[in-house]
Amino acid sequence: MIKLTLNGAARQFDGDPEMPLLWFVRDIADLSGTKFGCGAGLCGACTVHIDGAAARSCVTPMSAVAGKKVTTIEGLSSAGDHPVQKAWMQVNVPQCGYCQSGQIMQAAALLKQKAKPNDADIDSAMQGNICRCGTYQRIREAIKIAAGVKA
Amino acid sequence: MTTPERVQNVSRRGFLETLFGAGALILGAQVVPQDALAAVAWQPSVYLGLDTNGAITIVTHRSEMGTGIRSVLPMVAADELEADWKLVKLEQAIGDEKYGSQNTDGSCSIRDFYDAMREAGASARLMLERAAAQKWGVPASECKASLSVVTHAKSGKKAGYGELVTLASQQKAPAKGELKFKSAAEFRYIGKDLPMVDRDDLCRGKGTFGMDAKMPGMVYASVLRSPVYGGKLKSFDDAEAKKVKGVSQTAVIPPFKAPHMFQALGGVAVIADNTWSAMQGRKKLKAEWDAGEHASYDSDVYKKELMDAARKPQKAFRNQGDFDGALAKAVKTHEADYYVPLLAHAAMEPPAAVAEFKDGKVTTWTATQNPQAVQEAVAGALGIDKKNVICHVTLLGGGFGRKSKPDYVVEAALLSKQIGKPVKVVWSREEDIQFDYYHAVAAMHCKAGVDAKGRPTAWLNRSVFPTIGSTFAAGAEYGQEFELGMGLVDLPFDIPNMRAENGPAKNHVRIGWMRAVANIYHAFAAHSFVDELAHAAGRDPVEYLLDVVGPARKIDLKAQGVAYWNNGQSIDKFPLDTGRLRHVIEVAAEKSGWANKKPTKGRALGIAAHRSFLTYVATVVEVEVDSAGRVRIPEVHMVVDAGLVIHPDRVRSQMEGAAVFGTSIAMLGEITAKEGKIVQRNFNDYQVARMPEAPLKTHVHIVASSEAPAGVGEPGVPPVAPAIANAIFRATGKRVRELPIRKQKLV
Repeated sequence: MIKLTLNGAARQFDGDPEMPLLWFVRDIADLSGTKFGCGAGLCGACTVHIDGAAARSCVTPMSAVAGKKVTTIEGLSSAGDHPVQKAWMQVNVPQCGYCQSGQIMQAAALLKQKAKPNDADIDSAMQGNICRCGTYQRIREAIKIAAGVKA
Repeated sequence: MTTPERVQNVSRRGFLETLFGAGALILGAQVVPQDALAAVAWQPSVYLGLDTNGAITIVTHRSEMGTGIRSVLPMVAADELEADWKLVKLEQAIGDEKYGSQNTDGSCSIRDFYDAMREAGASARLMLERAAAQKWGVPASECKASLSVVTHAKSGKKAGYGELVTLASQQKAPAKGELKFKSAAEFRYIGKDLPMVDRDDLCRGKGTFGMDAKMPGMVYASVLRSPVYGGKLKSFDDAEAKKVKGVSQTAVIPPFKAPHMFQALGGVAVIADNTWSAMQGRKKLKAEWDAGEHASYDSDVYKKELMDAARKPQKAFRNQGDFDGALAKAVKTHEADYYVPLLAHAAMEPPAAVAEFKDGKVTTWTATQNPQAVQEAVAGALGIDKKNVICHVTLLGGGFGRKSKPDYVVEAALLSKQIGKPVKVVWSREEDIQFDYYHAVAAMHCKAGVDAKGRPTAWLNRSVFPTIGSTFAAGAEYGQEFELGMGLVDLPFDIPNMRAENGPAKNHVRIGWMRAVANIYHAFAAHSFVDELAHAAGRDPVEYLLDVVGPARKIDLKAQGVAYWNNGQSIDKFPLDTGRLRHVIEVAAEKSGWANKKPTKGRALGIAAHRSFLTYVATVVEVEVDSAGRVRIPEVHMVVDAGLVIHPDRVRSQMEGAAVFGTSIAMLGEITAKEGKIVQRNFNDYQVARMPEAPLKTHVHIVASSEAPAGVGEPGVPPVAPAIANAIFRATGKRVRELPIRKQKLV
């Protein structure tokens, strides 16, 4: 039996401990905001926070989150108004939107670690998150707005 | 082809009865072309309804895959209706032929439905004003609708739309001649960049995509398919698969019958109570395949065949003047070969669908660009009437043309019928990349004879590629008219002797359309070659390009005997206008500071301009190439003339995205095959642009225009790859004629 905290609530899981966290979140906890993109930690669509740090849930087995605090896009802020989310809305980042949960979670983790990132910091933190629609420049702009740094 | 709209009041015809209460006003509009109507009853395809509580419902029949179309078309209707946008709800249409084409593809949604949406909105507004006039006993001309309220200024009377809809619903819809459309100055939403309706949900993880769709009691399926296109299952062993916790059973999907069209490829499905178990089970399946006729398909060999064919005379599809004669008399001749590999769509959301077969009917929820194709393909596979296929359309996590082809929905429906439960089919990224309807690999050959100033007097461009036609007719080998009309036969150059040729090629995988389609390879070759000629002539690329495009004029290719589709539109409404092409080139040069940014070692600008989907785009790319040959793109300018623009911000976002998509094509993407099998599997070996590889800043310049609205989703893509290659040449002296550029040695 694996016990974890998911978006502030205690959860337990008695299935295969090798099951990636992504599928627990999506198929069992029924939270569909975290997306499946590659299954191999290559695209970032599945990014969540584990004890506050960005992690790829598609390659994180359930056994690795025992006793950990997991936050998904649904739990990032109670009203969906985290500064990163607000900045995303301000510059109309999403096109199809599929990757944006992961992008937002990655950006929120970046800002927690580095409050005033420069372009190189943003490139380095965000390069694991693919957006096939090509919203990168708005993502960069939104991160700077959320951080209060000059775009 | 014209699309006369006929708006009718359908309030009491039982349409959409589940959406509206009694007394609602519901309008439909005909958008199916008149020619197709002769034998067909009136079939309204756009619905707009007002309820007695003032709520406005607009049925949005196009699929949302990131362009914003699901929001933007309703804004057009709401604007003419003088609706308070806060009171507007969108209802996503299910697949139904009464809507006309729902295939959200070909950059045509605004072009095809702008007028219909305006007429529907203007009709409803006039009916509400007339209802108010009737209620107050005053002339309708004195009643004015504004923001969901009708006011009679003389008496100061006001009524909300909700109070008026029942009276309005008893009227006949106005004739088109009675409608008064707003002037551009009166637009409330058009041109005003309102947020997309789904934006905030998408920032909160709340949008529902095909991958997120659920049905009660559903099971999950993961499908093992033949690694070689067209391979047949000989035998399989599912003993290990069934040992995976959560796996309940396996099921065989029969192979397709040629042509493959949108049929399921066939294979063995593993059924489980969650996605991961189904995928684990699939990995443990053992299967033997009869690989069949494509078992020896090898990209290197195939490339050589295509390149060889492109260097030989082929069938002419444009023959203007005397190419051979002019070439013989030319001061100098130039020739070059170009190559673009197979490409995969790789939308961020892999294909997914949930379907339930019950009582002879299929209900499905899926991410599709074309719900009517879902109806047809599922009906065909199950032997039922397409009216018995109910296709609900979710948000699409990217489409790019892949999700116009509903083979994955057919899989879900076939499995549900076998298993007796709703089935959700989820493709892994590996399946998405290995079983795509690929963008065609293409070889191009260009040849020109030039005069003493280096200006072409003779021009030949020739392409050889496996055609999309092979998806619909087994054995089709020549490019279809629509493919050749994407940058092969329609180059708007002022050259007296022009020939365009296309040669045959066999398909060894499924070939499909991907964002910008055949324009991608044709534009890469043609606009690289023009740039090569400019350099050979020792002339500035912009000045030379403008010279080759020639004076402002309208080109009628049909009058020259060329079979040219013009995106299915009349050449009168959407002429091939070199004046507009010149203008985007001139603006791109000006905005990018072309004249003052002379190339330096490792840093330069490059230009390309292309008309596609009836829209004119010029792209200037700035590249930096470092001493290790690494390419960075600090800046891109995209100048777009798409006619009238409804939502400037979504046009900008499409152009920004096109710059990234084009960068992926130019720099990174390549699908190859060995022994019939696709080599690439995931984003590690099928690369797409990530943030550091994408242009750092793309500036979009929209040409103000009142011309008929044309395409936006695709036309930004074609000029990007040649502009990058042209910039790299100026920065390094290295001419890139084969994509992707990452494989070329630049220093």
